[in-house]
Amino acid sequence: MENTHSTNYGTYILIWLGLVALTTLTVAIAGLNLASLTVVVALAIATTKSLLVANYFMHVKSDSRVFKVFIIVCITIFLTMIILTFVDLIYRGPVK
Amino acid sequence: MDNEAVMESKHTGHTHRDDVGSKMGMWLFLFTELILFGGMFILYASYRFMYSDDFRAAAMRLDTIVGTVNTILLLTSSLTAVLSLAAIQKKQKLFSMYLLGFTIVCGGAFLINKYFEWSTKIHHGFYPQGPEMANLPDGEVVFYGLYYVMTGLHALHVIVGMVFLAVMFVFVYKEKVTFDNSQKLENAGLYWHLVDIIWIFLFPLFYLIH
Repeated sequence: MENTHSTNYGTYILIWLGLVALTTLTVAIAGLNLASLTVVVALAIATTKSLLVANYFMHVKSDSRVFKVFIIVCITIFLTMIILTFVDLIYRGPVK
Repeated sequence: MDNEAVMESKHTGHTHRDDVGSKMGMWLFLFTELILFGGMFILYASYRFMYSDDFRAAAMRLDTIVGTVNTILLLTSSLTAVLSLAAIQKKQKLFSMYLLGFTIVCGGAFLINKYFEWSTKIHHGFYPQGPEMANLPDGEVVFYGLYYVMTGLHALHVIVGMVFLAVMFVFVYKEKVTFDNSQKLENAGLYWHLVDIIWIFLFPLFYLIH
């Protein structure tokens, strides 16, 4: 595996422009009244931004596959913890 | 894995170097960071589920503009961090140092913004045990508690990242990081990008609830 990554400045600048555009979009959308969809849209945009940062700035896209496997395992553990917590919260009934 | 274990013999005789192992170690560390913040995000999600109206009311008092400016600052610093790695790999030492310097300045600007943001909040009495907090419902108190802990821990990571990058700046200057020996700089960049990713989630969750 070659250790050096694409050293093309243009690609990185394009990704940065995309990230700034998504930030503008998420701020603009927050101004709209989407009720319960607000958090879903905000998290979807944040996830997209993270994928851009991870794949291009952190080179996950061009790195060896073992890093992708690591990340997926870590995210799966995290999502499992969230799901289990919410299963508990939702079926626990009112707190106060 | 033979080509990955680079044998460096330029200055120090035979120094064994394992760039992939180094990167893997960095990623393992980043996962522990992810789980550290992950625990707090779960706490946030649970309380937001329990007190969604209070969270909305409390978030309205945060300054969206400051949050947006800080987001742009961190995204830009992430760009210059990765560009500094690309520059050193193109043997553009001086350009790489300029970019690293700019990255550190962006981190500093982020912290200055954060300082003024926190000062304003504290000045108005919105801090744990502060005068305004007694009049707030439980959910809002919890919101501000999470706000200080999560953005505070994140700011601490920004400081650590800046120190990490400053050391890399010196390494590039002293040519301990060069076009064919840049894994340390890449690891510093990985840390900086992770700090950026955490902010990418903190920003909408604290500043953009309406």
